[in-house]
Amino acid sequence: MVPINYYIILSAILFTIGALGVLIRRNALIIFMSIELMLNAANLAIVAFSSILQSFSGQIFVFFVIAVAAAEVAVGLALIVEIFKSKRSIDVDQMSSLKG
Amino acid sequence: MTLELISFLVLAVVAIATAIGMLVSRNAIYSALFLVLNFITVAVFYLLLGAPFIAMAQVTVYAGAIMVLFLFVIMLLGAESSVGEFNWRKAIFPGLLAFILAVEVALLLITRARPAGEVVSPDAAINTVTNLRDLGETLFNQYLLPFEVTSILLLVAMVGAIVLIRKEKRVP
Repeated sequence: MVPINYYIILSAILFTIGALGVLIRRNALIIFMSIELMLNAANLAIVAFSSILQSFSGQIFVFFVIAVAAAEVAVGLALIVEIFKSKRSIDVDQMSSLKG
Repeated sequence: MTLELISFLVLAVVAIATAIGMLVSRNAIYSALFLVLNFITVAVFYLLLGAPFIAMAQVTVYAGAIMVLFLFVIMLLGAESSVGEFNWRKAIFPGLLAFILAVEVALLLITRARPAGEVVSPDAAINTVTNLRDLGETLFNQYLLPFEVTSILLLVAMVGAIVLIRKEKRVP
């Protein structure tokens, strides 16, 4: 028997590590991976709540989130490849063409 | 300490350690492999929570498809070098912000959502076929429209990725 609060705290920690990754890394691919980590943490919280409520709706919502994440990764990686082709770098600090 | 609690704690340590490993490793390939391990750990959490279908979807879609795509792009771009490498001094202020965020998220989720009780033992949930059957029936009756919308979303994402990657033909 695991108290559900443990799952929630774990989910919060994983989400925070993902947010930290977006803040402190400059590699666009690692920022992208951190976003996936945050999605995963949210999914974990949803499944924990759905397990407590004995309801399938949460699991189905997580299924949709996984599908949307797959779509997001396909488009996002295509964008990163395009950016690399034009700038020869995926350092997000270099992407400042719009800066005056 | 039941067996379930012990396995939860061990897996929680593994999940947090792999997430931090993803964050601090200089080589992007190591980051991706740490993230694969993290996804698989989360899949085991789903099994502990009595959601075997989501666990398998997690392994195939996240740890399988998405991370292979990531590794493919990393190797295609040759981006495994330490672009924007991790620096402890730059991480202090974001770390403080992130700590505040973690405390806030946990407090709000626990106090506002009022989750009561403990996660039931998953044996009964996993070992019956009715779990998966009920899940499928709910998915294809109550949530049929979102399911179809998801298929269109995946199609649009595929078309978008192809359009983005395609070489442009210069019009003279």
